[in-house]
Amino acid sequence: MNRDAKEKANGSGTRSDALLEMRDIRIEGESDEVRIKIIKGIDLSLHRGEVLGLIGESGAGKSTLGLAAMGFTRAGCFITGGSVLFDGMDLVTASEVNKRRIWGVRAAYVAQSAAASFNPAHRLIEQYSEAPLVHGVMGEAESRRKAIDLYRRLRLPDPEHIGFRYPHQVSGGQLQRAMTAMAMACGPDFIVFDEPTTALDVTTQIEVLASIKDIVREQNTAAIYISHDLAVVAQMADRVMVLRYGELVEEGATAEMLAHPKHPYTKSLWAVRSLHKEEEPSEDVLLEVRDVDAAYGVVRVLEDVSVKVPRGRTVAVVGESGSGKSTLARVITGLLPPLSGDVLYEGKPLPPALKSRPKELLRRMQMIYQMPDTALNPRRRVRDILGRPLQFFHGMSGRARRQRVKELLEMIELDESFLERLPSELSGGQKQRICIARALAAEPDLIICDEVTSALDQIVAEGILKLLLRLQDELNVSYLYITHDIATVRAIADSIVVMYQGKIVQQGLKHEVLTPPHHPYTDLLLSSVPEMDPTWLDGLLAERAARKARGETVLESADQ
Amino acid sequence: MSESTRIDPDRPEEVVLAEAVPAPRRRTRWQTAWRELRRAPPTAWLGLAVIACYVILAVFAPVFAPYGQNELVGSQYEPWSEQFVFGTDQLGRDMLSRLIFGARNTIGIAFVTTIFAFLIGGSLGLLASILGGWVDQGLGRLVDVLMAIPQLIFALVLLSIVGPSLINLVLIIAVLDSTRVFRLSRAVSMNVVVMDFVEAARLQGEGLRWIMTREVLPNVLPPLVAEFGLRFCFVFLTISALSFLGLGIQPPTADWGSMVRENATLINYDDITPLLPAGAIALLTVGVNFVVDWFLHKASGLKE
Repeated sequence: MNRDAKEKANGSGTRSDALLEMRDIRIEGESDEVRIKIIKGIDLSLHRGEVLGLIGESGAGKSTLGLAAMGFTRAGCFITGGSVLFDGMDLVTASEVNKRRIWGVRAAYVAQSAAASFNPAHRLIEQYSEAPLVHGVMGEAESRRKAIDLYRRLRLPDPEHIGFRYPHQVSGGQLQRAMTAMAMACGPDFIVFDEPTTALDVTTQIEVLASIKDIVREQNTAAIYISHDLAVVAQMADRVMVLRYGELVEEGATAEMLAHPKHPYTKSLWAVRSLHKEEEPSEDVLLEVRDVDAAYGVVRVLEDVSVKVPRGRTVAVVGESGSGKSTLARVITGLLPPLSGDVLYEGKPLPPALKSRPKELLRRMQMIYQMPDTALNPRRRVRDILGRPLQFFHGMSGRARRQRVKELLEMIELDESFLERLPSELSGGQKQRICIARALAAEPDLIICDEVTSALDQIVAEGILKLLLRLQDELNVSYLYITHDIATVRAIADSIVVMYQGKIVQQGLKHEVLTPPHHPYTDLLLSSVPEMDPTWLDGLLAERAARKARGETVLESADQ
Repeated sequence: MSESTRIDPDRPEEVVLAEAVPAPRRRTRWQTAWRELRRAPPTAWLGLAVIACYVILAVFAPVFAPYGQNELVGSQYEPWSEQFVFGTDQLGRDMLSRLIFGARNTIGIAFVTTIFAFLIGGSLGLLASILGGWVDQGLGRLVDVLMAIPQLIFALVLLSIVGPSLINLVLIIAVLDSTRVFRLSRAVSMNVVVMDFVEAARLQGEGLRWIMTREVLPNVLPPLVAEFGLRFCFVFLTISALSFLGLGIQPPTADWGSMVRENATLINYDDITPLLPAGAIALLTVGVNFVVDWFLHKASGLKE
């Protein structure tokens, strides 16, 4: 561990007014009879009203540490050393009964996926009232009044009635706020927020961040805010701790950490967003989507969409979830024949349905998926996954195929030792690399990338993007890159298509779209991307409020 | 490794990749199987031992049995003695020998029938889930119709119409049981068919056969194998029940179900001999279920 960081942590921890004191906490997890150290001795202290950000990539132990702060461990994990002093009581040694008295009342937890954490069979307000009723903090009528008040403060639409809906009847961002309200129900001393906005669109994220920030400040609640997104933590936290492999890398006040990161690992986290590619215009159109309308049943999802993808270039399709960007990919690949309009490949119309497309056409268009976990057959080894398209499209077999598989692995910067592995024996980034290699095996002209980096950590995602750019240089392949992440678009696109509610609201070369004046929706998207500046969120909200006050139309996320 | 050597600021990702998942130890299939077995609970071991005994008895029946299965070696209903360990039956055949040969007949026929049931039900279930649409609807409704009639009664009716030959017996029970297999395999593979890797195979232009056997089947195999054990018990019990009713395996072939019936009168004379074949059926069923329980526990879901 970095000695400076440790001393610093100790230094700030010795102050007597700390609400929460974690001392040299060690946690081990057990899987397959092997014990793994998840947290290797971390000190953490939290004062009343303070927000502490925990940063790190997945597997760094952020969530485990966050839960341990409440004296809780997931099944299969054990606290093997250290102490967690919460207001003078050691939660490591405390009895279950005592801990239960604290959970939900004085310490609360907001999970990453609210959709998975709510019970779908009960109304929101019923679930809200559970903790206050069980702990006897207040009666039902009072708790409902307070719920409506909290819903209002968290800026949920129609606060009087939204509580009487079921979880599936409200959007993801609203659900996340309803969960925050639940955590606030008994007026806790501190809350653990575990990646509360990671699953949300940028435009929705703003609202959730703003409302969490306000209410935490208002109630003077201490909080631990866990995220892998530095820019988000920068908005929320007073102090930041960077974790890696269960150890503390660096700790410091947010503004100072942003300005002067000390440890090389922290610096590398900061540097991720610097990837940039110069756009190159091209007139050599490989694929053209012309006036396409498409629908699922009677629901119209694409209206009059036209896109051109030049050879050897990257076209980024941007929009929030539900904007129809993935549907566009389905139309191009033939999975969803359009109602009207054409998809042209090298100037010739493609048969609308997948079944009527010849093998040669299928070969030339490949797809890479968002979730590498589900895109690879868990029962097939890397050798077979990559070997099949070689055999299928190019009739390769025996030694030629083996040789080519090795070359493909080299292209994606993996070595021969991966040949015999199953997907479960690969990390997320490695899986995505295998998916890329599978697409490359067909030697395509066009690869459709559907949110290929959004399930990955920033550093891993960076590596994947670099790889994609390098492959484009070497193989002159075109990408249709679907994403909701503007930072990625800046990094790799030549031109940009902005979609909103099934329509294209703006498209053009990267610099044209990214420089004002934009379409109001493009503006909303661009301005919603968190920046590495602790004052960014406040500034943005103030500006939006000012514009509203001036009577200008301010487009809001579909969530509102 | 010290902190400083771990990090290469230019290429931090290589570090991450190398750290993320260590190269797994390669095990052969047998090593994996042995490792799993060692960790199996005692009930599973008991079940495996029971099944092994039955299989050995069935395979080497002529070696173990003192007499032939249809040999008339004594008078009717002789009591247990040194010559006839479990006495003789209503025709004077040795009970122990018939029990041992019965293992071969009953288990063998049940096994073949279950395999047929899985071939039919499993493949149609996969087809229905992959093709969807009217194929799924058609097969689904057909199965509903077959399942609407109680299985044993349906089998009795069909067997009395076509005659109780061995082939008829196997086919009828296989078809009737395949309905249950169909529903399971369809339900399980429905969850697999929607995964991206199946879509990827479709986009690549892979044929139905490839998708069925290479993409979907390996991922639905664990629950199907577990179901195989369970189904085997049901088929086995159905055949015994049919034999008991006189429409199953026909005499003089030794079979546990009909052996219970043939010697049922002995119960009136305080003789437990007719319960021996019934006990043999019960023991095997319990053994198979122990193993299936363990297997289901191990293989629930898609994880390795």
